[in-house]
Amino acid sequence: MSTVAIPLTQTLSVKTVAWAVLIAAALAVMPFALGEYQTILLAYGLIFAIAALGLNLLLGYTGLLSFGHSAFFGTGAYAVALMVKYLHVQSMELFLLGTVGASFVVAMLFGFVSVRYTKIFFSILNLALSQVLWSLAYKFYWVTGGTDGLRVPTPTLLGGAVGATDDKVHFLAHAYYYYVLVLFIACVLVMWVIVHSPFGKALQAIRDNETRAKFVGIRIRRYRLVAYLVSGVFTGIAGALWVPLNGLTTPDILYWQFSGEIVFMCVLGGFQYFTGPIIGAVVFNYLKSWVVGATTYWQGLLGVILVVLVVALPTGIVGTAKRLIDKTRGATSA
Amino acid sequence: MNLLETRKLIKYFGDTHAVDNVDFRVGEGEVVALIGSNGAGKTSLVNVISGFFPPDSGQILFRGADVTHLKVHERIKAGIARSFQIVNLFDQLSLLDNVALSIFSRENATQTFWLVADRFGPVWQEAVDILRQFGLDRTREIVAGGISQGERKLLDVAVAYALRPQLLFLDEPTSGVSTRDKAQIMDIVTSVVRSRKITAVVIEHDMDIVFKYSDRIVAMHDGKILADGTPEEIRRNKAVTNTLIGAVDA
Repeated sequence: MSTVAIPLTQTLSVKTVAWAVLIAAALAVMPFALGEYQTILLAYGLIFAIAALGLNLLLGYTGLLSFGHSAFFGTGAYAVALMVKYLHVQSMELFLLGTVGASFVVAMLFGFVSVRYTKIFFSILNLALSQVLWSLAYKFYWVTGGTDGLRVPTPTLLGGAVGATDDKVHFLAHAYYYYVLVLFIACVLVMWVIVHSPFGKALQAIRDNETRAKFVGIRIRRYRLVAYLVSGVFTGIAGALWVPLNGLTTPDILYWQFSGEIVFMCVLGGFQYFTGPIIGAVVFNYLKSWVVGATTYWQGLLGVILVVLVVALPTGIVGTAKRLIDKTRGATSA
Repeated sequence: MNLLETRKLIKYFGDTHAVDNVDFRVGEGEVVALIGSNGAGKTSLVNVISGFFPPDSGQILFRGADVTHLKVHERIKAGIARSFQIVNLFDQLSLLDNVALSIFSRENATQTFWLVADRFGPVWQEAVDILRQFGLDRTREIVAGGISQGERKLLDVAVAYALRPQLLFLDEPTSGVSTRDKAQIMDIVTSVVRSRKITAVVIEHDMDIVFKYSDRIVAMHDGKILADGTPEEIRRNKAVTNTLIGAVDA
């Protein structure tokens, strides 16, 4: 057993801040270094990273595995699409506002029911609840467009100061990419503060030992519910950012399979590490897009690759990288 | 005035009368040992009083107020805390985090999600002080899952102590450790408890420890209180000698 505090509890060092600034700067120059397609692909990765960060507040910090987070991602996407359809809204800020409200309400309803349970019961209950939303989106086609889904035009940004141009791809690969990047950085910072706050410590205590957490005065269900709400809203925001990039939302985004993908992003990156879900989401997104383009049987190939990765990297990409770095340092100092 | 009093407290598990019509009292500042053979009802009594499970009937009074139906966090706020027979810690968190969490909870700060925990300097200072009192400060950065059983037992008590209780239940604080460590643990625990004038109820099987460290001894048998008195009175009590002490020695 490890005898040092795991990285989830580590706080910021000057070195970490320097790395974070460096990575943010590198992400900022990407539209100039990469082609438009690659930049848009990276934007997808950053959006999925927000969703994975949201899920990991439950999985990595609270010890709750949700197989239903597609519900919140889909809520975000459909909230935007329905605001376009019924309210003729174009502003991305209003989309985000509506999404936060919608995903909060859905998370409150789902959370009220599901945080009473843990382990497999929590996981399956979330899966079932998300499937209810999927079936609603599928069946109420006069509202949701059914399997055809709902189209979402390019939004305006910053209260209309930045509008859509004729060249939609250019807009998405530049103005919209930066919009996503800023929100991604904001979400990372907010989540970092949450998990390192006393509240975050309480969640980790609940994860480690629910009985003892109760006997130091922590109200388990209440804290789980708050974590669930934050998690749901984060994933909802990701859904809202995703839909203008995709241009369309269909019930597929509410299906349990997508919930599994978000879980996989966390596992692939290393859910025991704060940065794990971020790395996992970006890598998973690149991997999937590469495999989809490589073969018709992409699901099979992707499955094999993912199984190999999980077996070879049981602590995820970040955990493995950390172990290798520690090993190298040890060898150097010796 | 009694700090704690139970009146006709009952807890049955099917046909097993775990706590059977128990009138138990603890005076302020006392260190009371709760003794009895396995299955006598000691831990069940503590579980009911601490809120681990509800009683079937009866009343629990703490400082004269009825706390029978209070939730666990409300009992903690009232001043009742406990440690556990099987060590219950946050194994992936450091020793410092384990203790700090109790302080955050005590100060209602666990609801704070907009400030990094490191900003709460006094909390960490108090956590370090508590670990020092329990002789655990040198391993404070290590995760709780990585320390010895004796240290885990001490940390278990330290986590409860950090809640600043008025009444502290210690469920077998020396079980599973060597004879030498037992005395060391009890020396540390009783000195900390007595220095803060905390009332303590200690469940213990080791009679040497019971006689050495307690002010009063309550013996239980078959869910009932068999005897209640000073260590000397209990030592001379034939019923206790026959049913408990003899049994333990055997």
